[in-house]
Amino acid sequence: METFLQFLNDYTLRNVLLGTAWIGVVGGSLGTFAFLRRQSLLGDVISHATLPGVVLAFLAWQRRDIGVLMVGAAGTGLLATALIQVVDTRTNIKRDGAMGVALAVFFGVGVLLLSMIQNLPTASQAGLDKFIFGQAAALVQSDVTVLLVVGGVVLVVLLLLWRELKIITFDPDFARATGFRVTILEGGIVTLIVGTTVMGLQTVGVILMSAMLIAPAAAARQWTDRLSIMVLIAAVVGGASGAAGAAVSAFGPQIPTGPVVVLVLTALVLVSLFLGRKRGLVWHWRRQRRSRKLADPNTVLGALGALESAHAGTVRGHPKAVVRMAVGQSAQVGQALAALRKAGLADEHDGDWSLTERGRSEAVRLARDQRG
Amino acid sequence: MQTMPPALEVNDLTVAYRDKPVLWDVDLQVPTGVLMAVVGPNGAGKTTLIKAVMGLMQPAAGSVQVFGEPAGRQQVRRIGYVPQRTSVDWDFPTSVRDVVAMGRYNRGGLWRRADRRDAERVARALATVDMEDLADRQISELSGGQQQRVFLARALVQDSDLYLMDEPFQGVDAVTEQSMVAVLRRLQEQGRTVLAVHHDLRTAPAYFDWVALLNVRLIASGPMATAFSECNLRETFGGSAPEWTTPPATTAA
Amino acid sequence: MSSLEFEILATAMTVSAACAVPGAYLVLRQMSMVADAISHTVLLGIVLAFLVVPLYGHPLMVFGASMMGVVTVLGIDLLKRTGLVREDAAIGITFPALFSLGVLLISLLTRDAHLDEHMVFQGDLVYSVFQRLELAGRGYGPMTLWKMAGIFLLNGALALRFHRELKIATFDPVLAATLGISPSLVHFGLVLMTSVTAVGAFDSVGSILVIGFMVVPPVTARLLTDSLARYLGLSLLLGCASALGGFWIARTVNGSVGGSISLVMGAMFVVVLLASPRRGLVADWHRRRRQRVEFAVRMLVIHLFQHRALGQRTEENHAGHLEAHLGWSAEFSRRITELAEARGLIRRVDTHWLGLTSVGERQAEQALAG
Repeated sequence: METFLQFLNDYTLRNVLLGTAWIGVVGGSLGTFAFLRRQSLLGDVISHATLPGVVLAFLAWQRRDIGVLMVGAAGTGLLATALIQVVDTRTNIKRDGAMGVALAVFFGVGVLLLSMIQNLPTASQAGLDKFIFGQAAALVQSDVTVLLVVGGVVLVVLLLLWRELKIITFDPDFARATGFRVTILEGGIVTLIVGTTVMGLQTVGVILMSAMLIAPAAAARQWTDRLSIMVLIAAVVGGASGAAGAAVSAFGPQIPTGPVVVLVLTALVLVSLFLGRKRGLVWHWRRQRRSRKLADPNTVLGALGALESAHAGTVRGHPKAVVRMAVGQSAQVGQALAALRKAGLADEHDGDWSLTERGRSEAVRLARDQRG
Repeated sequence: MQTMPPALEVNDLTVAYRDKPVLWDVDLQVPTGVLMAVVGPNGAGKTTLIKAVMGLMQPAAGSVQVFGEPAGRQQVRRIGYVPQRTSVDWDFPTSVRDVVAMGRYNRGGLWRRADRRDAERVARALATVDMEDLADRQISELSGGQQQRVFLARALVQDSDLYLMDEPFQGVDAVTEQSMVAVLRRLQEQGRTVLAVHHDLRTAPAYFDWVALLNVRLIASGPMATAFSECNLRETFGGSAPEWTTPPATTAA
Repeated sequence: MSSLEFEILATAMTVSAACAVPGAYLVLRQMSMVADAISHTVLLGIVLAFLVVPLYGHPLMVFGASMMGVVTVLGIDLLKRTGLVREDAAIGITFPALFSLGVLLISLLTRDAHLDEHMVFQGDLVYSVFQRLELAGRGYGPMTLWKMAGIFLLNGALALRFHRELKIATFDPVLAATLGISPSLVHFGLVLMTSVTAVGAFDSVGSILVIGFMVVPPVTARLLTDSLARYLGLSLLLGCASALGGFWIARTVNGSVGGSISLVMGAMFVVVLLASPRRGLVADWHRRRRQRVEFAVRMLVIHLFQHRALGQRTEENHAGHLEAHLGWSAEFSRRITELAEARGLIRRVDTHWLGLTSVGERQAEQALAG
């Protein structure tokens, strides 16, 4: 406890906590839109593609201020998204292939550049490879200021364009039809995603930053049906995970921040998937259990009759699973079928159920009664 | 006497996908105040016609005029649009009321937020389509017919003089269909114009008073009584006999 | 070239070839990003296998580590099947989690030289050839070379043996099922092949560059050909050519071999993207322009045909009014009119009014009928 208080008082650590949590907040908010637009993996490509930009910016300015590196990172990140867009719309290559190419080539070039500057005489390149997995402990006051400004700009734009982003995400055709400049706005969203991704370079690292965009949104979606609340929850989830990751990795210098943050996030996603309000798997299973009541023999008889008239001519029967589907999603039909056989209305051959002559006329009578 | 320009005038509209024509040289006039059905077989370009007018597709040639003025981003704002129900993700985290409110998102600039007038307009549209009880439902909980009514309500709050609807009755039950037709009639009484893609040839004469028969090119258009002839229908649908067995004139209400 | 350099080059080419085989099918099956996920998560497999069998490169360890690829795909499937997240998010949640676990285990548990963070993301071809295969006191060259050659032969043999199954299951899963080929068996077979290859290539190119080796050559090949056989051959060829070019660049700039190969692959892709005779952007641009002109000629013919009933001299048929009615520029209208006239499709009734020739009329009728 005492160490923890000490830890909170530590000036450096406060910076680290604040910076990483803030990245989580911004990542969660913006990631919500990426998630809903099914662009989750775009963040993955962008974050890998920032690596050559980081190294090039370092080579150009010979400094490793986070602001400088973020400019380079955003440059190659945007270039990668442009490449994907061109290949996707202009060639027979599918989007996933275009993304794979962009991710691999940009990252590969980044690795090449990184290996080249390792041979340079300047000593200041040391630690540039920390950008792969992130090292939050390296955050200083000025870095945090840059992060606060960049993140603040992203969030302000998000709020200003709230209705625009919402409508082009939900129904781009309608948005265009009502006079919104959808293409420009879509470019805007991608730019915001790039901006958010480059924020996480130093603390979370280029490989895992995409999780900061996807996971908070995936968790938040399970708790609400409102976009605004979803963004708020995602921001909280992202912020909390960021802070937790930074805190844990601060205890040991050999612990990289990115992986810890991602594991915390994953745990929150799993909890949300199971327990999320209304949508959660646990509630789903319970509802299913309750609704899986025994099917009424008459209903099953009617379903079998309908099946047979639909497949008239083919006298073969229908397996139990097909009967169950005909009756309704998850009813138990076994006992009802057994009862029908006992009454001489249905029969089974090699697991296939069919109506007897008597059963068929009974089914017809039932159908007539229901109609009348 | 000054003649009123037609609500919609399409001249020589040709739309192609690469070098495959989807619409060939279509000339169509939709007079102000009519309910016009667009009828034709699958792949006839009905949706394309709507999308081209809305500026969602780039035509290879031709021009579109809305109330006598060339269609552009500004003119398009005067059109209410009901897209196909399947064009969006219904699992999106939003409520019925929110979706309807999107019909007014294009009013005002960056700083304007929804005000009480917008809220009242949305509530009224929801009441018109009988959805006020479901206003705060999440949209994934709606049936097909309810989704269609949400889209209609969203178009209503656009407060337009011309409405383009892409299969508004698709997946709708009979009762809902009747109430939606009543909404269209009310729009007509208010002097507005509706152009709707319609699939059911049996109900077309009852629901609409004008018709455009389309099969890549425009076969015929005009008042139901003259244009909806057996001869024109045969030309539109070709050998693929449509589901009208009795002459359409006798089924007209 | 020294013998060491030759060994590095041979290893690089073998890695490329081994990766191209599963890669070609992954691209066709639109699993590029699944391959990305697998290439990340085999790291965890390697760490776990290493804890059990601390013999790097041992076949058992390779196989054990590869199971993580199958686990990844199962995990993605499971997430997708809950219906709560879509496929892209399912991939984007699964692989960072498993990858993070791997990285964390490395930094916490092992202090082994083979598994440091540096190796994780880029591997080292030069370093990897220092691991020699020795049998009974005699050296037989770099171990990685033998390992990757083995994996390449295995991949190639499997692809040849199951060519029909892979092909049918990729293009028509329903047909495959009726022919008794299990699409999911083919799917997981390919996943396992991908994982084994990724694990095998781990120490030479690292776990992330391997996705480039798998995806970029086939995507490039896809831009060059529509024939499956030629596509597979080209994927191999482009992979090996990139290895050759990349090796040369790495030697020149004294940089990472894997990174240089990625660079060459990327450059090849961009060149092909621009200049491919069938699918390239330049060819496509020309084709679109040509199509626009051809289409416009047909359109003019149809336009005149549609309005012939109105009599010969209406606005619609006036040469000067094409602009207003078809929305064409004056220049474009003139060009199209002249072209149609030269082809004998239209004629001038007098200087300003246009009419169809009998040839043009027949063409219009055909166009409208079909």
